[in-house]
Amino acid sequence: MNRPALLLVAFVLTACGGGTKVIPVQPMSAPSVGDAREQTADQQVAHVLSRLTFGARPGDVANVRAMGVDAWIARQLAPETIDDSKYEAFAAAAYKLIPLTPGELEQRFPPPGQLLNQIAAQNSGRGNADPNNPPRMSRADSARLRASNEGLRQMTQEVQGARVSRAVASERQLQEVMTDFWLNHFSVYDAKGPRQRYMLAEYEHRIIRPAAFGKFRTLLGAVAKSEAMLFYLDNWQSQAEPNRPRLGAGRGGRSGRGGRGVPPGAAQRGRGLNENYGRELLELHSLGVDGGYTQQDVISAARALTGWTIRGAQQGGGFVFNPAVHDAGEKLFLGQKLKAGRGIEDGEEVLDIVARHPATAKYIAFKLARRFVSDTPSQALVAKAAEAFTRSDGDIKETVRTIITSGEFLARSAYRAKVKSPFEVVVSAARSLGAQPDSTPRFAQVVAQLGQPIYGHQAPNGWPETGDQWMNTGAILNRINFGMLMATGRLPGASPLGFTDADVLRTAVKELQVDGVIDALLGGDASPETRQILISGENPFARERSAADSAATMGTAGRGGRGGQGGIGGRGGRGQPPGGRGGQPPNAPGAAGASPPPLPPLPQLRGLPLVVGLALGSPEFQRR
Amino acid sequence: MQRRYFIKSGAIALATMGLSPSFLRRMTYGMALPGAAKGKVLICLFQRGAADALNVVVPFGERSYYQLRPAIAIPAPSSSMRSALDLDGFFGLHPSLAPLKPLWDKGLLAPIHAVGSPSSTRSHFDAQDYMESGTPDVKGTTDGWLNRYLAASGTCEQCKVSPFRAVSMAPQTPRILQGSAPTVAMDSLAQFAVRSGGDAAARLEALYRTGSADVVHGAGSEMFDAVKMLRSANPQQYQPANGAAYPRSQFGQRLLQIAQLIKSDVGLEIAFADIGGWDTHVNQGGVQGQLANRLDDFAQSIAALTLDLGDRMENVVILTMSEFGRMARQNGNGGTDHGHAGSMFVIGGGVKGGKVYGKWPGLAPEQLFEGRDLALTTDFRSVFAEIASGHLGASATDALFPGYTNGSRLGVLR
Repeated sequence: MNRPALLLVAFVLTACGGGTKVIPVQPMSAPSVGDAREQTADQQVAHVLSRLTFGARPGDVANVRAMGVDAWIARQLAPETIDDSKYEAFAAAAYKLIPLTPGELEQRFPPPGQLLNQIAAQNSGRGNADPNNPPRMSRADSARLRASNEGLRQMTQEVQGARVSRAVASERQLQEVMTDFWLNHFSVYDAKGPRQRYMLAEYEHRIIRPAAFGKFRTLLGAVAKSEAMLFYLDNWQSQAEPNRPRLGAGRGGRSGRGGRGVPPGAAQRGRGLNENYGRELLELHSLGVDGGYTQQDVISAARALTGWTIRGAQQGGGFVFNPAVHDAGEKLFLGQKLKAGRGIEDGEEVLDIVARHPATAKYIAFKLARRFVSDTPSQALVAKAAEAFTRSDGDIKETVRTIITSGEFLARSAYRAKVKSPFEVVVSAARSLGAQPDSTPRFAQVVAQLGQPIYGHQAPNGWPETGDQWMNTGAILNRINFGMLMATGRLPGASPLGFTDADVLRTAVKELQVDGVIDALLGGDASPETRQILISGENPFARERSAADSAATMGTAGRGGRGGQGGIGGRGGRGQPPGGRGGQPPNAPGAAGASPPPLPPLPQLRGLPLVVGLALGSPEFQRR
Repeated sequence: MQRRYFIKSGAIALATMGLSPSFLRRMTYGMALPGAAKGKVLICLFQRGAADALNVVVPFGERSYYQLRPAIAIPAPSSSMRSALDLDGFFGLHPSLAPLKPLWDKGLLAPIHAVGSPSSTRSHFDAQDYMESGTPDVKGTTDGWLNRYLAASGTCEQCKVSPFRAVSMAPQTPRILQGSAPTVAMDSLAQFAVRSGGDAAARLEALYRTGSADVVHGAGSEMFDAVKMLRSANPQQYQPANGAAYPRSQFGQRLLQIAQLIKSDVGLEIAFADIGGWDTHVNQGGVQGQLANRLDDFAQSIAALTLDLGDRMENVVILTMSEFGRMARQNGNGGTDHGHAGSMFVIGGGVKGGKVYGKWPGLAPEQLFEGRDLALTTDFRSVFAEIASGHLGASATDALFPGYTNGSRLGVLR
């Protein structure tokens, strides 16, 4: 499209007084009925780019317009037809550890705690147990420990960094949005135990992403057999109760498994049935909490899945079915009888049953509609999507297609109805400024500082999917500070002037600058107040409201439980490599450093970068 | 008040998208109840990694203790500095806890022994999860018990709500404070500000003060209120009182900032901080060494906090916790492996201190849990519930700890 001509028109409009180039905001109460598209053509383009990608890059609006919204959606639904070789080339060069299996990674970089134990055991073998005279570490020992720590740091940086860079730069954007959705649906936590973090690269890159658009049953099965989920929800150590018939004889029970590659102390004695995965499989992964199952069903699922476990790292890792600990008794699960005397088929049948259960169709349809349409999708849309799920035998692509080609998706009430997650804020900011994919951990650290550390959600329910949970006092402060940080150009690969026409706009009048930034960062659509404040710094509504404000200023409540943080751009706990937080604090004393010094204010922004910073911090940018 | 607010901004509110009912609900009482909290403060300190309770509150009167720990036991009290500090002729404090001894002497410190989670898990992850969610062996709980307290007591008519009602001095909101009630987490007070020069901050504030009542504008307006509130409390000018000297450690500095918040009267009711480095599998040391170093920082920081707060300790309770204790027997590496019951400290003006609480189960082989660990005689929920109701005034503690009903109270509070 012809930018200079557009700019000229905008200039004339601006010069002719007022210049409010703003699409009127629609009342949200407008009911969305039927399949008529309520959004204007421009809104539709902005809408699909904000929902089906991580935000528009320079040139994206023109591309979608040229291709047509429908054709563009169809293409995003077929990621295999989209050439992504440019990003893949970057990733292949930047991430050398991601292709390795969990077993390979663990062998290469053993957990430091385990290494320390080995070293200490060698030393105490030399008769050294005097606490006041701790054994010395040999030079070789320290080198091993350092190398392992360094490898772990590198591995963690790659896993977290690749998550961001792919979302920023991959052409297969809808696939990436779906990967984000499923990683959150099947959430795992990197500090569950020392072995968990070895399993994340495989989980994301070889379990979730390839299955993100396929049959739900395939995805569910891949997750059930992934080391990451087996470890996170404890199924790897779930065994038949002693009074149950087992499939195999011989090894099993106490002495059987779990010795190799398990750090001291983490090994559980006297194992039996562990219901953790069985429960979350039903509650979170398939039927949903109101899906109509009982505690007996949870136990039956857990029993059917006994023996689904992980090989030790020394044996190469990976999923293995261990018949010796499998509960081979008869089970009743969701009204169906699972026959006695079977092995791995037991668990497979449980997955078959839940994947095809009507409650699962409804629950997955609801979660997808909530992700793509609004925090409160209509019953009608959920029912339609659930019907598509069932009709297609749980085909994820068909279900998504039904949702994103529905009238509700393109209704006025859906437009900007979602609040961005911190991950979406950071990635969309980078994309809007045309940032290059970045191989440093910097962006992942920023995501963590905004309250959503990658693989850092402790509980199995995943990050919030609704706006009210993300919006709170600390969160909004960090988002604003992040916008200013972006605008200073201090984040790698991202210039505040990387967006379309920034070069031309640098010397343009303020009104043109503001409209150019609104085009590039806010989908061409900002409220009259926002536009006015970006131009003049004056809030047209401020004066008349100042009295009411001062009455309400002190002592209002902050909001939202989650992620209220201080200190964007500071040194963060998360996003940083292993150790520190949570489950496995560093063994060495004195790990706590001095507290960080107060952060200096960022340099004063002027001109176009200031407009960019303000726009990134604006209420409009927090929505998609 | 909320009615005027909505009339005032009604026209704009109508034109705003994404108005969610739950937001409106919280907005309503938030706007209606400005001011400071009712004055009671709870400071929760989490020792992550499982502190070795038997070397923190030392059962020197127990003969098995010395048999189980030949290399790392803390010697019984003597004139030597390198021995336990006698409390009651049976228990003593690790000598690194000397800074806390004056609190014991004044009756402000109540150690609790053989306390912890009834879950038998020895996983750091699971045990921390249970201690913070308040639901042992139930993994699906999504919120923390301190947040449930905030949510339950924040809806009453008389409660006064501050944006700084619940503050974690931590980069992320810890599990114990996650949930529906508003909380703030920050690395440091100085970082709770808009980082920009010139008039950018004022213009950003204007962007959020357009009167729109949607969740984004609402959170933004409140954030600017909170930043102003903190600035007027002037945290940069802080001088600890009574010559309190906080360690330069991260933990010490975080406690210093908690004292600042308390003395700024910004309505703080719940504060949280954690300290790591307790997972002493190897060479934990005895009177000196790794564990002693951690305890130095721990005790000096807490002692400085209590000194600094002075008379305000009348309304403050400090509660320390760790996910579980460690094995009664030392391991082959001069350390201790994961165990079961642990210890806690309760400190404050309202505490009936000067006594070690909790039934002592003994350390003889048949008295140990699973033949290896200190057995549990007090459920941590009993302590949490007593403090929530006795100190903070929570009315229904069974809502804080679902499924926990028959707990007796130790009576650590006056």
